[in-house]
Order: sequence, then structure tokens, then C-alpha cells
Amino acid sequence: MPSAPKSRTGDYRPWPDDKPIVSLNDVHKSYGMVEVLKGISLDVKKGEVICIIGPSGSGKSTLIRCINGLTPIQKGSITVEGQEVNDPKLDKLSLRRKVGIVFQQFNLFPHKTALQNVMMAPVLILREPKAEVEQRARALISKVRLTGKEDVYPGHLSGGQQQRVAIARSLAMRPDVMLFDEVTAALDPETVKEVLLTIKELAADGMTCILVTHEMGFAREVADHIYFTDLGVIVEHGAPAQFFTNAKDPRTRQFLSQVL
Amino acid sequence: MFELIAPFFRHLYERTGLNFIVFYDPHEFGRFVAGISISLQLIFWSLLLSLVIGVVGAWTQRSQSAIWRGCVHAYIQAFRNTPPMIQLLFFYFALGAFTPSVDMGGYTQPIISSFVWAVISFGIFGGAFNVEIFRAGLDAVPESTLEAAESLCFSRWQTYTNVTLPLAFRISLPALTNNLVSLAKTTSLAYVIAVPEMTYVLNQVWSDNINVPEMMLLLFLYYVLVVTLLATALHALERRLVLPGYGQ
Amino acid sequence: MTKRAFRLETEQFSQERFFCRFVDWRVGAGLLVAFALSMAMASAQGAAQQAAPSPLATLVIWMPFILKGFALNLVISFLAMAIATVLGIGLGLMQISLIWLVRAPSRFVTHLLRNSPWLVILFVIMLLLPVDIRLPGNQRVMFPDWIKVTIAFALPVMGNISEILRGAVNSIPTGQWESAEGLAFTRSQALRWIILPQCIRRAIPPWMNWYALLTLSTPMASIFSIHEAVSNAQAGMEAAGARPGLLIPFYLFLLCLFFIYIYPIAVWTRKLERKYAVGS
Ligand SMILES: Nc1ncnc2c1ncn2[C@@H]1O[C@H](COP(=O)(O)OP(=O)(O)OP(=O)(O)O)[C@@H](O)[C@H]1O
Ligand SMILES: [Mg+2]
Repeated sequence: MPSAPKSRTGDYRPWPDDKPIVSLNDVHKSYGMVEVLKGISLDVKKGEVICIIGPSGSGKSTLIRCINGLTPIQKGSITVEGQEVNDPKLDKLSLRRKVGIVFQQFNLFPHKTALQNVMMAPVLILREPKAEVEQRARALISKVRLTGKEDVYPGHLSGGQQQRVAIARSLAMRPDVMLFDEVTAALDPETVKEVLLTIKELAADGMTCILVTHEMGFAREVADHIYFTDLGVIVEHGAPAQFFTNAKDPRTRQFLSQVL
Repeated sequence: MFELIAPFFRHLYERTGLNFIVFYDPHEFGRFVAGISISLQLIFWSLLLSLVIGVVGAWTQRSQSAIWRGCVHAYIQAFRNTPPMIQLLFFYFALGAFTPSVDMGGYTQPIISSFVWAVISFGIFGGAFNVEIFRAGLDAVPESTLEAAESLCFSRWQTYTNVTLPLAFRISLPALTNNLVSLAKTTSLAYVIAVPEMTYVLNQVWSDNINVPEMMLLLFLYYVLVVTLLATALHALERRLVLPGYGQ
Repeated sequence: MTKRAFRLETEQFSQERFFCRFVDWRVGAGLLVAFALSMAMASAQGAAQQAAPSPLATLVIWMPFILKGFALNLVISFLAMAIATVLGIGLGLMQISLIWLVRAPSRFVTHLLRNSPWLVILFVIMLLLPVDIRLPGNQRVMFPDWIKVTIAFALPVMGNISEILRGAVNSIPTGQWESAEGLAFTRSQALRWIILPQCIRRAIPPWMNWYALLTLSTPMASIFSIHEAVSNAQAGMEAAGARPGLLIPFYLFLLCLFFIYIYPIAVWTRKLERKYAVGS
């Protein structure tokens, strides 16, 4: 008798609440001769929302990409649920199932509808039953408030709508941590709100989120902790209330005075 | 079919002197149909070979080995910058002279017929253009889209088959259409190595029957029809596969 | 994401374009060396098999004759290009006419010329054009074969030049027309002083491509026993005893000849294309 296709979804053990779910320790990253990250350390606890802010080119995107294993690091360690990312024998599949990422440029697959975009990875990669995935995908699409747009192609969606599909697409893999890299930077001011609302709801549901953002008001509202990076190091970090009103480092103050 | 049209064209000839002999003389009709068949086969196989060469070449051009890339590049330059007709003559006469023949019981026949040489020659010629087209299509798939696939746990192979190829093919299609249509027209050159395709057959018909203008008209119509049909089919495919929201 | 994502500039890749990423003289030189080597090797092989003048020596003997034929290829290509340019511009201007009765037929002719194989057009002209035309003043204009073939080669190129012109004019933003109109230019004045000058730069690279393509097609003249390079080479091989050993060196020599002439044009075209792409 032919055996049913093997599902890769099994073996799910929740990560304990007290240990940091993502942990960076003295991370160094360079592109060729240029050192972009010069010793970054930070911990994120389960269910926590942290925001990374900082001037352009300070290495925020690079940091995010390293956590997902999209680029290797030269020195230091990154662990996600205890799994070392900076390990040549890293099982990228298991890492990326835990960590979802959403990009500034949405990067949807333009030849697939919204629904297909969301369903693709679970069906193709996790080999979950199609009917079940479709049900979940439809639920996710309605969760990001796009009911009715299931069969529309990305090219016919607005930027904000595309970005919300991209969020749903990542969520379909049931990640434990979500990374957002300036997800509203390419959007019109009106559509920014829709996307931020989606993220806010996600955070309220208890999703661990690491956000890079230029939306200071939003950061202040949702973040549990804020990190300010400049020139590849974390200059200052703290809870939002204290960070925004009472920054100590002159660089932070200068940055905040420019953006606030 | 033949019985249906024959009386009309015979009548036309008797009344007006317009001699469309291929439509009322059974022998010439047979020749004509064979010409169409050979010509369509020639187009089909030449296009197919050029596509295969294009895909393989584009793939090689993106490979790590500089030697392979150089070879493909030299191939492209050599075949783009020399006359297709001389390429065909070179393949058929120069290389053909050195391929073995088989004994067909009484007479010998080269292993590679003129038809096959024509397919090889046109395939290689058209392939030189297809390589560039496919390579540009592959290059035009944004790195960031591939990264998105990677972050969704796609393996390299899965990314290639599910994202890169479908997108690259769609991106290449308009340029490909142009080139394939050009190549289809170029196949009429097979006349010079006596492949009995349309041009050659109608040539024989008009020398046998001294009805040049009529057969010429037919030849013209034939190619306009074939080219239009091919272009229409490819454009239809283009429309079906267009990336919604990224069209004209 | 811009709407231009996931698109290619289609014309760049058509057979009518000699676009290539790194067109470079070194590639050309390398190819020529390869050509020459294989020619020499083929001749050496031939020489080993046969007695008396080696294929390479035979080729050298016939070279001037072939080159003379090649000169005719060039003459045909120059003349045909000149005719095609003049008539093509005329046809192109008709294509953008506002009068339907002018525009429709010129569109039709352009399509016909662009969509028929060159060989078919050659047959039509060679077999259907009379040998001479009698002008009203009882003068006779003779059409020797090589003039006929020149006219035949001009036709498909003419159709394509017409299309280049139409495409170039259409690619000029409508704002240009409007601002000309605002300055009280008539349509023909706007065309003459504002639109066409802007088209020229865009049109030069494709025009050069068409010249190259035309030159690459001139060997077809040999089908009509015009004494150009290919027929002369074939005649030479015939006269030298039609030995199979001659085939590879002679045909390779022909390929080299065209390559040496066309390759620099392709490189130059590509350069101009890049320059204009940056400029606009
Ligand atoms: N693939 C790469 N190769 C070489 N250098 C890179 C690469 N990616 C980023 N860099 C460099 O690394 C530095 C940090 O880039 P990064 O994109 O992480 O900055 P960022 O903080 O995200 O900036 P922004 O706010 O503009 O997005 C920049 O100086 C950039 O030029
Ligand atoms: Mg960034």
C-alpha cells in the first residue's frame, strides 16, 4: 500500500517562556572589507515585540537577514530557539520554519494569486494537505483584512494590500518569530495604517516580532523594547517610554530630534 | 478536399488562363501537399532545436566556469555575425562531405539528410539568439523575489522550478516570439540545399508549368499565413501567461 | 514596485538586433584565429589525402576572385541600404500620416514587406520584374540582374526602416507635440524641427543593425547566379576540380570574410546603443 506523503509538520514543542527565543551574541558581519555589523548583542523573549531603529545604512536590514540565515555572519552567534544559525551544518529548513520574514519590497510571486502565494510554501515545502492549507490560507487572508482578494494577482493589488499578503504568506508557515524589515517604507501614507494595524494585531496575539521601522509613533506604541543602531553597533536601548523621552547618548538624541 | 476544389481551379484556368495547377492536377497537388508538410516540419524542428540550445546555452552562461561562458559567447558571436545561408552551405556541403553514407541496397545515402542538416543549421543559428534572450530573462528575475522564496524554505531547486523559471519564461516570451517568427521565415533558405519544402517545390512547379506569377502569389500567401499563424499563437500564449498587473 | 519590473526591452533581442552583453574585439579576434586554425587543419588533412595543389594553396589562388565577388556584395549592400533608407523614410512618414487613405495602405505594405521571407521577395523581383522599362521619351532603362537583386534586397529593409521610423516617432512623448503646437508650429513643422531630430539618435543603432543584416543576406544573390562572393567561391571550387577537401577551407573563408566585415559594425552599434541609452 502506498504510504501517505510524509508531513514535515510534526514534532512541535513550544519554546519555554522564560528563555530568550532569539539571542544574538557579539555578531560581526562584513561584506568584503566593509564591516557592517560590529558586535551586536540582543535578546528577545517569547511574545516580545522589539523595534530596531537607526539611520540609513546602519545595518538594520543586514541584521534581520542574518537572523533568518539569508547571509552568513563572520563572528559571534545567533540562536533561534536554541538552534545556532551560524553553523555550517545548520538545517535551514527548520530555522526558516520558525522565523518568518517580510521585506520592504513585498516580493510576492507575481505569477501566483494572493491565495496561491500564501499556500505555496506549506503545500510545496511542508507537504501539508492542500485542503487544510487552503482553509488556513483563507483564514489568514481574512485576518489581514483582504477577504475577497484571494484570487487577485499581486500586480493588481495596492502596495499595502501586497504587503499584507506577504505577511499572510509568512504566517502560513506558522513561524514563532516574525521579522519585519521596514515593511511600510515603500507604501503611501494611507496604506501604511492598514499594514501597521495588521502587525499590531499580530503582536497582540502574542507573536514574537522583530521590527525595523522608521515609524516612531508606531514603535512607541507596540514595542516592548527599542534598540537604536548606528554604524553597526547598538548605541542605546530601552523601554519606549524611557527611550523616547530620556535618551542618554548624543547620537540617539540627534537622530530622534531629526525624526520626531 | 482535392475533388472539391479541382473543378473550380480547372475552370479558372480554362476561363482566365490563371494556372493554379497545384489545385487541379493530382500529381502537382501531391507535390504541393508534401511541400507544406516538409516546410512545417522544418519550421517545427528548427524552432524546437533553437529553443533547446537557447535554454542549455543560457544555463551555461550563468555557470561558474569562465571557459564554458567564453565558449557560449564565442558561439553566439560566430553565428550572429555570419550569413545564415553560408552557415547552411557550410554544414551541408563542407561538413556533409565528411559524414558517412549508408548503403541503401544499390545506392548510398548520407546518414544525415539535407533536411536534417537544415534543422541543425537553423537550430544553431536561431539558438544563438535564444541564448541571449533566455539569459536576459533569467537575469531579470529580481534577486529579492528569489530571496523571498529562500526565506519561505524553498530549496534552490524548488526556487528554480517554481519561481525563477516561470518568471524568466514569461519575461523572455515577447522577445522569443520575435525571434522564432524570424527563424520561421529564415527556413525558406533550405531551398539552397534542395530540401523539398515550399519554396523549392513551388519553384519546381513553376519551372515545369511556366506559371510563375500564380505560384509566386501562392508562395507569398503561404508564408504570410504561416508567419501570421505562428505569431498569433505565440501572442496568444503571451497574453495567457502575462504577469497580471505588469503588462503593457 | 515599478510597473516596469519583470519586463525586457523586446527589440533588443530580436534577430534584427546584434545586442550582446560583452561584444568585444578580443572575442572577434579569438574567433578569427579559431576560423583560421580550422581552415588550416582542414586543408592539411585534405593535402595529406590528395596529391597536387593543397587546398590552402588553391584557396590562395582563388582568393582575389572571391574578394572581387565580395566587393559586389558590398556594392549591393550600400546601394540597397541607400534605396531602403530613402523609400523607408517615405513609407514611414506615410504610416504616421493623419489621413487614413495614406496611412492604411502604407501600414499594409510595411507589414507585407516585414513578414515575407527575403528569399520569397527575391524570387518575386528577380522573376517578375522585366529586364527593361521603356520610358515615355522612348528611352530604355535596363535592369541587369544585380540591379534587380539590389532592389529586391532593399524591399524588406525598407519595410523595417518604415517601422523603425514609426516606432521612434511614437516613442516621443506627446508633451513634445503639444508644446510644439503651443508654439504655433504646424504638424509638418513640428515633425520637421522637433520630432524627427529627436528620433534620429534612437533610430541610428537599429538602422545599423539592418545594414548588417542586409549584408549578411547578400549571399542569397548567388541563387540567381550573380557573381558575388559565394558564387565565385563555388565557381573556384568547381574549376579547381571540385575536390571535397576544398569545401571546408573555402566555406570557412567565406564565413571569415563576412565576420571580419560585420563584427566591427556589431561592436560599434552596441557602443552607440549604450551611449544613447545613457544619454536619454
Ligand atoms: N549585499 C551587500 N554587499 C555589499 N554591501 C552591502 C550589501 N548589503 C548591504 N551592504 C552595505 O551594508 C551597509 C548596511 O546596509 P543595510 O541595508 O543593512 O542598512 P539599513 O540600516 O537597512 O539601511 P536602510 O535604512 O537604508 O534600509 C550599507 O552600507 C550597505 O551599503
Ligand atoms: Mg534596510
